[in-house]
Amino acid sequence: MTDPFIIADTALSSRLIVGTARYPNQKVMLDCLEASGAELVTASIRRISLEGYAESLVDILGGRYRLLPNTAGCVTARDAILTAELAREALETNWVKLELIGDRELLYPDVEQLVHAADELVRKGFTVLPYCNEDPVTCQKLADVGCAAVMPLGSLIGSGMGIANPTAIELICSRSPVPVVLDAGIGTASDAALAMELGCEAVMVDTAIAQSHDPRRMAAAMRAAVEAGRLARLAGRIPKRRYAESSSPQLGLVGS
Amino acid sequence: MIRLKVNGIEEDVMVTSVSELLAIRGIDPGARFVAVAVNGSVIRRSEWASKPLGPGDDVEIVRPFSGG
Repeated sequence: MTDPFIIADTALSSRLIVGTARYPNQKVMLDCLEASGAELVTASIRRISLEGYAESLVDILGGRYRLLPNTAGCVTARDAILTAELAREALETNWVKLELIGDRELLYPDVEQLVHAADELVRKGFTVLPYCNEDPVTCQKLADVGCAAVMPLGSLIGSGMGIANPTAIELICSRSPVPVVLDAGIGTASDAALAMELGCEAVMVDTAIAQSHDPRRMAAAMRAAVEAGRLARLAGRIPKRRYAESSSPQLGLVGS
Repeated sequence: MIRLKVNGIEEDVMVTSVSELLAIRGIDPGARFVAVAVNGSVIRRSEWASKPLGPGDDVEIVRPFSGG
């Protein structure tokens, strides 16, 4: 691999991380994961319902993907830490996507609790990938306590609003000692490409694929977008210029 | 019978261990991808048979589910 994507000393084959929620049905989800080329996919940890022990997500995924459990829905550090520990036990992985929510409507992170929980989970031996706000100070704090990556939001979870503050994302990428994964708010392929062009190492997408009109096609689009954005980033774009600069030579014009 | 809180719901059950509780809920104690916590602490699979449950214990039984 000439352009390896590495988190916590682990090389991943895809820079697109995909969620497993909100698909029309299971078959579509499986087709989308395949079309996306993702290696890492996310899952939540939930109580086993009274209706019995239906076929599990893990069985459905058939061992083809590396699972990243999340602490989605947790509003306290205590709940997030317990959820992470349960996830570690259930899935035999110490990787965790840490989500600690401060507002149920906005699903914006509670930064204070998030940093505290991240610190404690790192001490307990977890590889922590925190979903966070697009704030360079928070991202630095999370890196300082030992997170393996930082995952700033582009815009609100599920909103499809794209990258609301590209300047902030670019700043975070330029300063971060750990990989930056754009997580939340991606709406379509160009958002994913932009994230990569701004310097993100990877992009996490769920709703934009699952709830699009043709999820399989959107999954393929996201795959292409992440690859294109990464190539463009490595290629080094031209600067933005205030005035025109002709591409055709000015000499030898007919009639001059 | 002891009164436990299981996944947020209080119930009276005739069990003495985590393994027995899983069994009466139709969960094979050998099933993979299941995790249990009692009173806020994860109980490892190897301790399911030996971990005793007492009145008032708060049990969480979880598994991976779809999520973003």
